[in-house]
Amino acid sequence: MFDTALSAADLVFLAKGAGMTILVTAISVAIGTLLGILFGVIRVQLGATLSLPLTFFLDIFRSVPLLIQLVLANAFMGMVLRLQISGFTVACGVLSLYTAAYCAEIVRGGIDAVPATTRRAARSLGMSWMQDMRYIVAPLATRIALPSWIGLALGVMKDSALVYVVQVTELLKSTQILITRLQEPLFLLLICGAFYFLISFPLARFGGYLEKRWSHD
Amino acid sequence: MIKIQNVHKSFGPLKVLKGIDLTVEKGEVVTVIGGSGSGKSTLLTCINGLEPIDTGRILVDGTEVHARTTDLNRLRQNIGIVFQQWNAFPHLTVLENVTLAPRKVLGIGKAEAEAIAEKQLRHVGLGEKLSTFPSRLSGGQQQRMAIARALAMSPDYMLFDEVTSALDPQLVGEVLETLKMLAEEGMTMICVTHEMAFARDVSDRVAYFHKGIMAEIGAPEQIFGDPQHPETRAFLASVR
Amino acid sequence: MFGYTFQWNQALARLPKMLDGALVTMEVAMLSMLIGIALAILLTLLRLSGARPLRAIATGWVEIARNTPALFQIYMAHFGVASFGIHFSPFVSLLIGITFNNAGYLAENFRGALKAIPETQTRAGRSLGMSQLQAFRYIILPQMLRISFLPMTNQMVWAVLMTSLGVTVGMNADLYGVTQDLNALTFRTFELFAIAGVLFYAITKIITLGARVIAARLFRY
Repeated sequence: MFDTALSAADLVFLAKGAGMTILVTAISVAIGTLLGILFGVIRVQLGATLSLPLTFFLDIFRSVPLLIQLVLANAFMGMVLRLQISGFTVACGVLSLYTAAYCAEIVRGGIDAVPATTRRAARSLGMSWMQDMRYIVAPLATRIALPSWIGLALGVMKDSALVYVVQVTELLKSTQILITRLQEPLFLLLICGAFYFLISFPLARFGGYLEKRWSHD
Repeated sequence: MIKIQNVHKSFGPLKVLKGIDLTVEKGEVVTVIGGSGSGKSTLLTCINGLEPIDTGRILVDGTEVHARTTDLNRLRQNIGIVFQQWNAFPHLTVLENVTLAPRKVLGIGKAEAEAIAEKQLRHVGLGEKLSTFPSRLSGGQQQRMAIARALAMSPDYMLFDEVTSALDPQLVGEVLETLKMLAEEGMTMICVTHEMAFARDVSDRVAYFHKGIMAEIGAPEQIFGDPQHPETRAFLASVR
Repeated sequence: MFGYTFQWNQALARLPKMLDGALVTMEVAMLSMLIGIALAILLTLLRLSGARPLRAIATGWVEIARNTPALFQIYMAHFGVASFGIHFSPFVSLLIGITFNNAGYLAENFRGALKAIPETQTRAGRSLGMSQLQAFRYIILPQMLRISFLPMTNQMVWAVLMTSLGVTVGMNADLYGVTQDLNALTFRTFELFAIAGVLFYAITKIITLGARVIAARLFRY
């Protein structure tokens, strides 16, 4: 069907890029989620005024292009601190904080959505703050937050395409390298796009399904 | 004149109207009573073509509503309808709610449309609320606004579909007063209602619907004083 | 403290150039948003329409926009279409890419908003003699845009951030492009991009605050 110069070796090269995309995403989402939960709980506990500095700090990650965050972090580590840190580490570090910034919002939204009366009931039963958090708030908030969190994780996967700027060769960069060499942009881009789509689309659908199902009861 | 001839209508397997025949003359007020699920509300949405019918025909001033060639948008300009849920347009002020259709459908200029709307709103007692948004109005006021909105198109016919059913009891009176006023002014009206006193006082004729059939129709004195059909008797006994 | 001497003055001297770039960034974002909203409305109508192929095209657009990277979409608009012999300037490619993305996300927001508007609103409009299109235009659309206002503001912020991706297709007039060119000249990477970051931050805040002012004036009900 296609007359292509794409070789088996090139496909392996693309697959490596895809592997890098998944790896960076997995690490960043894992660390970012843990940090996000921490930041989210802190924000709820401290209240709007006291947590203002944290809110401001996290907001930066949502208001400055990710590309600039990556370039700045890289320049800071390399030029300013003169540290020998790999682009991969920088990429994961920045994406983790980026994830955490959004995740904190989701966590805060989830906790806020747990009715105050439910929490008061738990505390009236003699539960400690920790018990209330663990047995009442966490399960309920997770249910509310999970669909958004799936969206966030997929967003991070898509945004991980930008880590090329710190010399990490993920899927889109691999594709671009092959495009330059093979001069078959459309064909290669379609393969690349299909990869993202095939991961993102079903998971996004699943998130939508959860949201619908849980909003009904 | 509205002429309804042998109209059948079903929703899936559910037969809602089973051969309705009814003629409403110009200037006449016909109220339709009956239990829920009797098909009385469906009849109204069939008359203005919101719902298709299975068989039979409905003629409004000689125009067949469900004919393929009928311009329904045009036809509906002449038939006002007010629903149980008043359906105020929340993003528009009371005045804008009423001027929207005259301006966009009839192409009337802004100033003229506002004059018409203001007149109609005063008529239903909302002259002081022109620049208010519907969310600030009571249910009764919103319903009266919906009536003014329909009247602003200067229709020859008005259909009222249980317009007081969703209202708090203390707000029912003001809306019924408005309907009564329209009836006295000679508007041709078909009112589906649960308000028996209203049906008795205002109607020229009262129709009793039962399970998709018009069981009985007659002058209010006859229907309420000497119902012929056993179902009518049973129904009237149950609502008293 | 650091073995590095910050030279802010050298970078700040380029501020006028960067501000010019910021204007281009705003321009691209604004344009992509205006066209994106128009297209999203069109997509929403197509998805509501009965015709299967039209619905499929609209749904395909929305899902591709939401399930692939924005950078991929910009590449498609630049390198992808080149396979058909179409060569867009970097500006146009960037604009198409972001607009495509905006339209897809907004169309999905609009669909959610429509669910919150009762079916009876259209019925009420039709009962007054309005055509289906008139009822949509005068009754549904204004309410849909109001419900979607916050998501639209967020998408506008996204559009601003996405302009930074133009550099990958050779765009150099926008804030990120200008910054990168200046960096190639002066090598004050950290200072220059820090300033660019602050400018981006300021732009997004202006948008969020501006949106709040507009919302307060627009939505009085």
